[in-house]
Amino acid sequence: MVDYIKLKQGLDIPVEGVPETRILKSIVSETVAVKPTDFRCLIPKLAVKEGDAVKAGSVLFFDKKRPEVRFTSPVSGTVCGIIRGEKRKLLEVRVKADPETEYAMFDLPKPEAITAEQVISALLESGLWPCIKQRPYGIIPNPEVRPKALYISGFDSAPLAADYDYILKDEVENIQTAISTLSKVVSKIHFGLNAKTHASTPFHKLSGVEFHIFDGPHPAGNVGVQINHVCPINKGDMVWTVNLQMLAIIGRFFATGKVDMRKTVAVGGPRVSTPGYVKCISGMCMSGIADMTNDNVEQLQKGCEVRFISGNILTGTNVGKDGYLGFYDDCVSLITEGNYYETFGWAKIFRPKKYSFASTYFSWLTPRKKYKMDSNLNGGVRAFVMTNKYAKVFPMNIYPVYLLKAILAEDIDKMEQLGIYEVVEEDFALCEYIDPSKIDIQAIVSKGIDIMIKEMA
Amino acid sequence: MEKKEKKGSIFDSTIEAFQSFLRVPNTVTRRGSHVRDCNDLKRVMIIVVVALIPTLLFGIYNIGYQHNLAAGTDMGFWQMVWYGFLKILPLYLVSYIVGLGIEFASAQIRGHEVNEGYLVTGMIIPLIVPINIPLWILALAVAFAVILGKEVFGGTGMNIWNPALIARAFLFFAYPSHMSGDKVWVAGVDGYSGATPLAEAAVGNFPTMANGSDSILNMFIGLMPGCPGETSTIAILIGAAILIFTGVASWKIMLSTVVGGLAMGYLCNAIAPDPTSYLAMPAWEHLIMGGFAFGAVFMATDPVTSAQTETGKWIYGFLIGAFTIILRVFNPGYPEGMMLSILLMNTFAPLIDYCVVQRNIKNRLKRAQINQ
Repeated sequence: MVDYIKLKQGLDIPVEGVPETRILKSIVSETVAVKPTDFRCLIPKLAVKEGDAVKAGSVLFFDKKRPEVRFTSPVSGTVCGIIRGEKRKLLEVRVKADPETEYAMFDLPKPEAITAEQVISALLESGLWPCIKQRPYGIIPNPEVRPKALYISGFDSAPLAADYDYILKDEVENIQTAISTLSKVVSKIHFGLNAKTHASTPFHKLSGVEFHIFDGPHPAGNVGVQINHVCPINKGDMVWTVNLQMLAIIGRFFATGKVDMRKTVAVGGPRVSTPGYVKCISGMCMSGIADMTNDNVEQLQKGCEVRFISGNILTGTNVGKDGYLGFYDDCVSLITEGNYYETFGWAKIFRPKKYSFASTYFSWLTPRKKYKMDSNLNGGVRAFVMTNKYAKVFPMNIYPVYLLKAILAEDIDKMEQLGIYEVVEEDFALCEYIDPSKIDIQAIVSKGIDIMIKEMA
Repeated sequence: MEKKEKKGSIFDSTIEAFQSFLRVPNTVTRRGSHVRDCNDLKRVMIIVVVALIPTLLFGIYNIGYQHNLAAGTDMGFWQMVWYGFLKILPLYLVSYIVGLGIEFASAQIRGHEVNEGYLVTGMIIPLIVPINIPLWILALAVAFAVILGKEVFGGTGMNIWNPALIARAFLFFAYPSHMSGDKVWVAGVDGYSGATPLAEAAVGNFPTMANGSDSILNMFIGLMPGCPGETSTIAILIGAAILIFTGVASWKIMLSTVVGGLAMGYLCNAIAPDPTSYLAMPAWEHLIMGGFAFGAVFMATDPVTSAQTETGKWIYGFLIGAFTIILRVFNPGYPEGMMLSILLMNTFAPLIDYCVVQRNIKNRLKRAQINQ
């Protein structure tokens, strides 16, 4: 019997530019980048210098605290830039790609014969270990600790997210290889399916996993929400999570011995002329999709620039038009920078160009309408006032405001008691979206996790 | 939230407030979610103000109507409205000028943006004081409420008690002769004694369905002496519908307050020694008398000072309703119990929430132990 879990709370944000299931082009980036900033609490140590030649799978930098955790190049070529920020913080390692990718070969036993130790050391050496994240905290796990279980979400419910059923339909075999290999390390693998597509999805035939079906709006696809409903994390527990496209890359690696970081990425959002999918490589440059932008904006947004977001509009990173795709991201969202004034905005009775989850406006009259959303904050930052709203989009047995206040007070015991182990930033993204007080809630959660990591280290 | 860098002029906050009042600023998201809902606190507050308008309009009419009745003149509808408007206008001027003045000054001192919370508080205060209140006393009460009821805690969102009720409580204890009794409710007629139905009921003089259905209907419509906003149950119900539909106020609190009031009312009925005692007044009549309806809809539901957990809201509302009836029926000193019981439950709301949250914590601990 497969678990069927119905989630009532949540919201599918009606933003325009949902990617259609078509491959628009293949992007060959001249340079790609690996960004240490994609990995929480990583202190990187460089292993290359500018001008060095690397292969796909050669190490670029590693974790100073755990040197065995390596980060490798997705392409072959020459290291062409080491970008540092304030206090010489390492931001990006850029590699100028060769026209033909040359792969570093890893000598691996056959997937059937591989042992747990070999799996871990192969992942560490190939730089694919960081594909795995641990809960609590959402960090790269310690290779010496075995987790309780591995959780995989088989769908992404975030706005404008990639449709895994489509982009990974030819990767089922690789995913199966990855699952079989990883099952040597973890005893239990959970796989979350979307109730809408669970019968038609190519993944429902995977073996060696326990399926759970989730029915509901976003964040039903968030792996943290799924864990919370299947087997919530307690103090002292540790589980792993892997993004599905990453899992396919791991499978490819175990099948071929090559670090092949090619991805299919969704490009969506109101500023994309033809929303769809592109084939590219992990760490591709946004300049490859610069020609996909449009000027189809609302009156107010005229003249405003495009914001390039690596990831979805709730949790992604603003990387700029010359930035690079994040390590974990499989979608790019282009929205308008909302740096305009709106006269009498909040006082208008009708505001048909803007969406609101609350019934204080009239968006509920047009449930099918999609909106050209932008990055305007739509108000000023205030203290917590409408504290009863967050629970409507937060499908976990946690009191969000109490947890947030415990974090603001830096009360470690309270944070632990109120469930900090069960959440990461993305779980609070919708709370942040609907918040009339415009508080940066994900930043608060991030601070809480940092405090916990520091305290528990 | 975050402290802004201080700029030169002492009117920065004020200028900023007026600018953002007229147009939504061009701030963009820096961290976290890149898109944000277009609902902001200004919108939330303006919805509450809109929901209060029916009670205000009816209050204006009722001031004129009561005056007309007491003075024995023969005023037309518009004359009564005009009379009421002229009477309530100074109250609003004082409420907003004093209240917003303090808000702007404290925002400037702290280097914050001006909060919009006072838009609602300033709208409510004139609706819950007697129309004959001297303006200087009202100004004192407003200043007391805004400074000691709100700003000392850190402004909107941080206060423990409902600021409008703090203003009323201040008046009630500091200037009782202007706040209760029979002489304060009807405007413009010196020495006229117009008791509110609550005061009448307290001496055992209340209508029943059998002998006073007219006066019951008048209480429901609101044609009785009392604070301008509190008399008309119909107007309050319109406001309640707006608040519930827009999701601004919690229907759970409104419903549980009514349930709490009815439960305690019926309990009183059950123990009433004889049918003429105050205890025997039909329970449902409490709901349309005095400030019960207004308090349940507009005051108890304040999201900052009410209980914030969903379970807590049921308990919080129920106790407000029950305590109101206890205060009304068993305490001859105070004919109206709504204000005090809301303030009392405001005080206890964090305790109620603490218990509810503690249960969540216990469950989490239990789960962890089972798993080990």
